[in-house]
Amino acid sequence: MAITAALTLDNISVTFASGSGHLSQANGYTAVKNTTLHIADGEFVSVVGPTGCGKSTLLNIAAGLLCQSLGEVKIFGEPLNGINTKAGYMFQAESLMPWRSALGNVIAGLEFRGVGKPDAIRQGEAWLERVGLAGFGARYPHQLSGGMRKRVALAQMLILNPKIMLMDEPFSALDIQTRQLMENELLQLWEADKKSVLFITHDLEEAISLSDRVIVLSAGPATHPIGEFVINLPRPRDVAEIRMTPRFLELHEQIWSAMKEEVRKGYQQTKNKLVG
Amino acid sequence: MKKTPLWFWQIALLITLFAFWHLLTAPGLLPTFYFENDDKAAFFFGEPLRIFKVIWIWFLEGEIYPHLWVTMTETVLAFGIGTLLGLAVGLWLGLSQFASQIADPYIKAANAMPRVILAPIFMVWFGLGIWSKVALGVTLVFFIVFFNVYQGVKEVSPVVLNNVRMLGASQSQLLRHVYLPSATSWVFSSLHTSVGMAFVGAVVGEYLGSAKGVGYLIHQAEGTFDINTVFAGILVLTVFALLLDYVVTFAENRLLKWRPGQSETI
Repeated sequence: MAITAALTLDNISVTFASGSGHLSQANGYTAVKNTTLHIADGEFVSVVGPTGCGKSTLLNIAAGLLCQSLGEVKIFGEPLNGINTKAGYMFQAESLMPWRSALGNVIAGLEFRGVGKPDAIRQGEAWLERVGLAGFGARYPHQLSGGMRKRVALAQMLILNPKIMLMDEPFSALDIQTRQLMENELLQLWEADKKSVLFITHDLEEAISLSDRVIVLSAGPATHPIGEFVINLPRPRDVAEIRMTPRFLELHEQIWSAMKEEVRKGYQQTKNKLVG
Repeated sequence: MKKTPLWFWQIALLITLFAFWHLLTAPGLLPTFYFENDDKAAFFFGEPLRIFKVIWIWFLEGEIYPHLWVTMTETVLAFGIGTLLGLAVGLWLGLSQFASQIADPYIKAANAMPRVILAPIFMVWFGLGIWSKVALGVTLVFFIVFFNVYQGVKEVSPVVLNNVRMLGASQSQLLRHVYLPSATSWVFSSLHTSVGMAFVGAVVGEYLGSAKGVGYLIHQAEGTFDINTVFAGILVLTVFALLLDYVVTFAENRLLKWRPGQSETI
């Protein structure tokens, strides 16, 4: 890669202090080991892997919420120290402030940065409209459906115009129809001004239909990438339709055969943990 | 059929209770079945009609107002100071693990101690005026609020916290925009108990030694075996405690409108 990557994880290892879990060794539990990952500017990269393999750990490292034990994180060539201010993060679980209205949540980041209230509200309403929630600004999170809350979270992240989007299975809690709708909307928003995306999912179909590149992780502990696949499907895509194309199925089979063994291992480990 | 409103049954229950009380205590109304003397029931349990008369005269002639004013002042001050202290210390210990680990045994000890016993000490320190009662009320209110705020801070969703950090909030913005609002809902659930506790502090303090206040009135009446006046004082206190509780509920509904209601539909 000649140009500086937007996000580089260079030989990252993460070891948690021992104390919980049967997998703990003498010197703690190694969730991620020797992982190197580059994401080019404007590239959409998905990371798939079996459950509990440390996908979220990797994302938290990139976000600066967690500190790696070894290795280096670089954002546009600069080593990362503390919170990654160039990145927006979309969480798997509910992340909205329940005491703020939808609009209040969307403009929170602007407020923290000292943007004036009238200006923030103007931008906030524009973003609510862009994610299809015009007129819902005054509602509180509990008054919105799951899909609507995800839209608010999306607007909350995008209003800050982050260079990098980190997404941790953001749509996994949604039903399949809402999910495909949100995926298409995400693609549209992404194609408008290509940001770099690191998308974590356990759903291979989601990964293929969204991404430029899919990275497969091994089962934990000591997760590391075991395969990388370029997704050369044409854009713009419709996530529902593209699933039917022969090229998609071909890619799916290819990646799945690489993943299968790891998924089995991951499942076996989870089962052993429960039994033991 | 139109449903009878709830308040109708609530008032009906109240009237029934007083009617029952009247029936059992008024001399000569029922043949005596427990006490050998007709007047004894009234002597021990008071008579509702006379109690109402005492209250009526209190309010009509204005005797009660200075006493009520003192008791309410003590209660509100104890409630306010105790809540603010509990909030501040709860936030501090909730956010600083080191401080909370050091303070933990002391907090537990102070909470387990029967704090009413401090009343004589406060009287020595602060005199017989309102401040010794306020101090007693504060010690009662503080711990309720403190434990709730502490719990509230500990149970802030880590996802919301991380999200707000990713949105660029500084430490002080985290406190203002995440910890405080999150703790507020816990504080309010404790405030209903706290109002009662502030009242306990004020009245027990007055009862033990004072020259003013409803607790003082009750104590005086008790000294002359005037059971009707004792009950009148208790009734007045109860009504005012209820009023304060309504004020808290009102504030709660205003401040916590983001909380999901019980059966709210979209």
